[in-house]
Amino acid sequence: MKLKTILLGAGATLALAPAALAERGADGHVNVIYSQAPSIMNPYLSSGTKDIEAASLVIEPLIRYDETGAMLPWLVEEVPTLENGGVSEDLMTITYKIKPGLKWSDGTDFTAEDVAFTAEYCMHPEGGCAQLAKFEGVSSVEAVDPLTVKITFSEPKPFPYGPFSGGQGPVIQKAQFAECLGARAPECTDANFMPVGTGPFKVDEFRPNDVISLSANPEYRDPAKPAFATMTFKGGGDAAAAARSVLETGEFDYAWNTQLAPEVLAEMLKGGKGQLVNAFGTLVERIEINMTDPSPSLPEGERSTAAHPHPILSDIRVRQALSMAIDRQLLSDVGYGEAGRPTCNLVPAPEMYASTDNTGCLTWDMEGAKALLEEAGWTDTDGDGIRDKDGMKLSLLYQTSTNAVRQDFQAIIKQWWTELGVETELKNVDGSVFFGGDPGSPDTFQKFYADVEMYANNFDGTDPESYLAMYTCDKAPKPETQWQGENINRFCDPEYDALIAELGKTGELEQRGEIAKRLNDMLTKDSMVIIPLVDRGRLSAHSNTLGGVVLNTWDSELWNAADWYRIK
Amino acid sequence: MTETVVPTPQTAPASSQMRDIWRQFRSHRGAMLGLAIFVTILVVVWLGPLVWNTAPTFVDMRSRNQGPSLAHPLGTDQLGRDMLARLMAGGKVSIAVGLTAMGLSILLGTLIGVSAGFFRRLDGVLMRLTDLFLALPLLPLLLVMVMLFREPLSQRFGPETGIFILIVIAIGVTSWMQTARIVRGEVLALKEREFVLAARSIGTSPAKMILRHILPNVLSPIMVSATLGIAAAIITESALSFLGLGFPPDFPTWGRLLYDAVDQIQLFPMRVVMPGIAISLTVLSVNYIGDGLRDALDPRIRGR
Amino acid sequence: MLTYTIRRLLIAIPTLLFISLIIFLLLDLAPGDPMAQMPLTVPPEVRQRMREALGLGEPIHMRYLLWLKQFFVIEPLNILDQMLGTDMAGDAQRVISWQTRSPVADIIAQRIPQTLWVVGLAYVLGVAIALPIGILSAYRQYSWFDQLGTFVSMVGFSVPTFFTGVVLIILFAVNLNWFPSIYDTTHRVTDWDSFVFQIRQMVLPVTVLALYNASQISRFMRASMLDNLRQDYVRTARAKGLRERAVVLTHVLRNSMIPVVTVIALGVPTIFGGAIITEQVFKVNGLGQLLITAIQANDIPMVQTLTFIFAVLIVLFNLVADVLYGLLDPRIRYD
Repeated sequence: MKLKTILLGAGATLALAPAALAERGADGHVNVIYSQAPSIMNPYLSSGTKDIEAASLVIEPLIRYDETGAMLPWLVEEVPTLENGGVSEDLMTITYKIKPGLKWSDGTDFTAEDVAFTAEYCMHPEGGCAQLAKFEGVSSVEAVDPLTVKITFSEPKPFPYGPFSGGQGPVIQKAQFAECLGARAPECTDANFMPVGTGPFKVDEFRPNDVISLSANPEYRDPAKPAFATMTFKGGGDAAAAARSVLETGEFDYAWNTQLAPEVLAEMLKGGKGQLVNAFGTLVERIEINMTDPSPSLPEGERSTAAHPHPILSDIRVRQALSMAIDRQLLSDVGYGEAGRPTCNLVPAPEMYASTDNTGCLTWDMEGAKALLEEAGWTDTDGDGIRDKDGMKLSLLYQTSTNAVRQDFQAIIKQWWTELGVETELKNVDGSVFFGGDPGSPDTFQKFYADVEMYANNFDGTDPESYLAMYTCDKAPKPETQWQGENINRFCDPEYDALIAELGKTGELEQRGEIAKRLNDMLTKDSMVIIPLVDRGRLSAHSNTLGGVVLNTWDSELWNAADWYRIK
Repeated sequence: MTETVVPTPQTAPASSQMRDIWRQFRSHRGAMLGLAIFVTILVVVWLGPLVWNTAPTFVDMRSRNQGPSLAHPLGTDQLGRDMLARLMAGGKVSIAVGLTAMGLSILLGTLIGVSAGFFRRLDGVLMRLTDLFLALPLLPLLLVMVMLFREPLSQRFGPETGIFILIVIAIGVTSWMQTARIVRGEVLALKEREFVLAARSIGTSPAKMILRHILPNVLSPIMVSATLGIAAAIITESALSFLGLGFPPDFPTWGRLLYDAVDQIQLFPMRVVMPGIAISLTVLSVNYIGDGLRDALDPRIRGR
Repeated sequence: MLTYTIRRLLIAIPTLLFISLIIFLLLDLAPGDPMAQMPLTVPPEVRQRMREALGLGEPIHMRYLLWLKQFFVIEPLNILDQMLGTDMAGDAQRVISWQTRSPVADIIAQRIPQTLWVVGLAYVLGVAIALPIGILSAYRQYSWFDQLGTFVSMVGFSVPTFFTGVVLIILFAVNLNWFPSIYDTTHRVTDWDSFVFQIRQMVLPVTVLALYNASQISRFMRASMLDNLRQDYVRTARAKGLRERAVVLTHVLRNSMIPVVTVIALGVPTIFGGAIITEQVFKVNGLGQLLITAIQANDIPMVQTLTFIFAVLIVLFNLVADVLYGLLDPRIRYD
């Protein structure tokens, strides 16, 4: 409640921002802290959030998303659509009109050539571009004239805004990167650390994995912005230290991702130096169910593969009961406070894609869950408190990555499942191994040598097509593909695959929304292979004297750093 | 020189020597206090759960973050788990891991240090091996050990014993190098002392020489290593469980309790202080026991 | 002694090559992946392409030989180039970090100052405190000073730095506001005021580390002094009429130094290794933080280079310790 009033207060001060009086650099210095330190300023070589957000201060995309997820023309005149003719009728091309008069921070003109070069840079076969997926289906990007750029796709593209949008798609300068194509990319240390950009700031010094010193871009398109002449962007440490430096000691003005226990944050807020901002995106903490048998008694190569269905969890009633025994509201309150809300959806936002009638899991129903297990034939015949059936115990291995909140969730859920009569063994794995995908390690989340596992995932931008397409039959991780694959559950339903194919052909937005909702329901309430728990918001902190902060989960958090100012 | 260890008279039974040592040990006030505290900790940790039988992993969301009360003498944590039960359960693991891992590391260190110092031919090889172990990056080494040995060990000995063995070996194998270097340095110097030369000239066998003359004289640095080793092992164990190498995540240990509570230090300082005190007290008591033991084993003092 | 030193230095070369191979194999075997920290939104095909761009497609022996060549030929040439202004290395590929795609050596050079300032100073201070405390504790065994010293050093060693660091930050940075909680690595000392600022930001991390180091070293000093104070030569020296000061500080101290020298020599390379936890707590971002972030990101060239330099220092300082043994106790002979 208290946090909400603070948020409203922040909105009010924003409305009163003295726009006309501002002058570039008038507000001096601003300090930003990220608990993870940026390694590079080139999002095409690293897709780490820290790197993308640091780079967003300097280099910019053609289109940004605002805090509601709506597209904003950023370096272009307008967002091309079918209606305004920017997108061709056959969905094969999209044409951007660049704003005239844009300049790079070195004083040269920003042209369509730079945009076309950026595409060439990322699509180079030897470059190992981290954002290659954004350019999927692009057959050519050409500069029609200095202010017009045309992207042609190899097949109709219902959602053509992948390239050059959001923090993942900034335009880099051709003159600076011309020698850095393909295998030569790592040789361009200076360009990767200090890219020439069109954004509000330029890099003065870059210390990898430590600190970035920036100053206002003298060529920035709005002569009154940014209000700050210089910025220090410090990285490293942990979320608690970052939050403390803003809320308690006041050394820093903005701290990214201050996700801490709600009571700890409340105590820090008493320091009176700063406030919290939060916003929701598409990040959902969920439990994924293994549909295949991970038993160590199976030979290596057959464990957790479609050859052996899971002996317990193949029964939807068991999956349903596991979900019903979880009180999501309590989990959300304990783990995330104001920055979390219970959800039953895999796609919780944006509004047009989020299923609205999927709320059944929000009621905690322990008795119903017990009844369901009885019905499925799981009863406690030997009186040891653990249900069994045909001589097999209802016993599950529950794994996740190492993280304080996740370990708390594990302990609470284990308690509920034990009450339900399900024996639960917990396991945690270091994040760099769990998410690492090393085919030699038994502990990766893809290999899934456990019965259930918990982690969080989301999608870039606002379109969930590729996110939902992860759950088609052919994307199951298996030994033949070196355990690469995104269909972690090994879920396989031909009807689902057919619907995904239909989504790929549908251009009409309302219809896309309908299909996405049906796909979401098929994975969650209809089949229960994914048990969503909490819709996780982003929580950041800024000092009371920093104005203009608008938290945005659809794009870089620092998307509007040009509008930040000092409240005097 | 009278530095030679006084040989035990042939007529006296071995038990009288033990009695001498015990008598000397008892007269050491610090050692007796240390022993009393250590035994108390052991009793509380091992027998306490029989009296206070709340489960350390029982989550009670209605009594989160409570202060001390009759139901929870030391309060509860952020999930309503009883802190007293957690401290006792944690102590069991931490002390067991601390003592065994320290024992293993001291054993390895002493063995390698004495061999390297005493036998010149082994010195080069063993010390280069020590250099290698000192240089290996700890984290990847531990990750490799888990990957290779966790499943075989837990299949062989059951999950809990398997993980215990793995942790003890992981800590022991990565922490013996300092002891080995120290012991070797001392042995190199001792070897040239007159009493060793004298013993050698009368044809004492190397094994006897090491046991009688060398080991008793390197005891004090070993004792210091051992005391420091317990503290290091308890802390390392908590670091291991963060890598997913240690015990399951809901299994409390002192190091883990301490680490988990650091973020809440301003709100609930007791939660950090209690495991901190427990670790410090254990290490302090072991230190004093070590002091007393060394004095008791030193014939030069015992005689007086 | 000289021939011994030269022989040891020669043996060090194959030893270090062997160590570098073991480290390389270990890092390759370790589970984990340079793509682990990429968000899950990056699809597997793209991850595979990125791995190949890092050179992970090559067989392991090729990658090891490449690293050897880069580390032993190209990097030294680059250093020479920078000193002499020549261009001997040309366009040859240097050891490149996977996280930052920039030369590993440049980043290490950038990190050395803050690590030396904080960790190095803390070590020197720790040793400087520990030796007198150890000597005095032993000389006045079981006095109140000794008991207090024992208590403080045992607590100091058994309470980890992630705890003491946070306590100091809360006390002195949050409540009293005397010192900053976050270390500014871009700060440059140019005048008196900036020097004072530098001292202020170093106080907390240096205190935490010095306490930890001093606890350990003082225990070894004390134990070793106690051993020697009981020896007969001490009684002889006193009987001879030597002044107490000379007996303790010359004869006993010199004979007690062997284990202490070992511990100190083992500690010097760890200065270069940085103090991982303390650096994280105070955001010093020195070599310790560099190593741990590189390990977490599976940045093998960075980890390999850092640990190898670390190995060189270990071999070197253990040799120094061995030479010092000979100087402290001339009876020790290696030849």
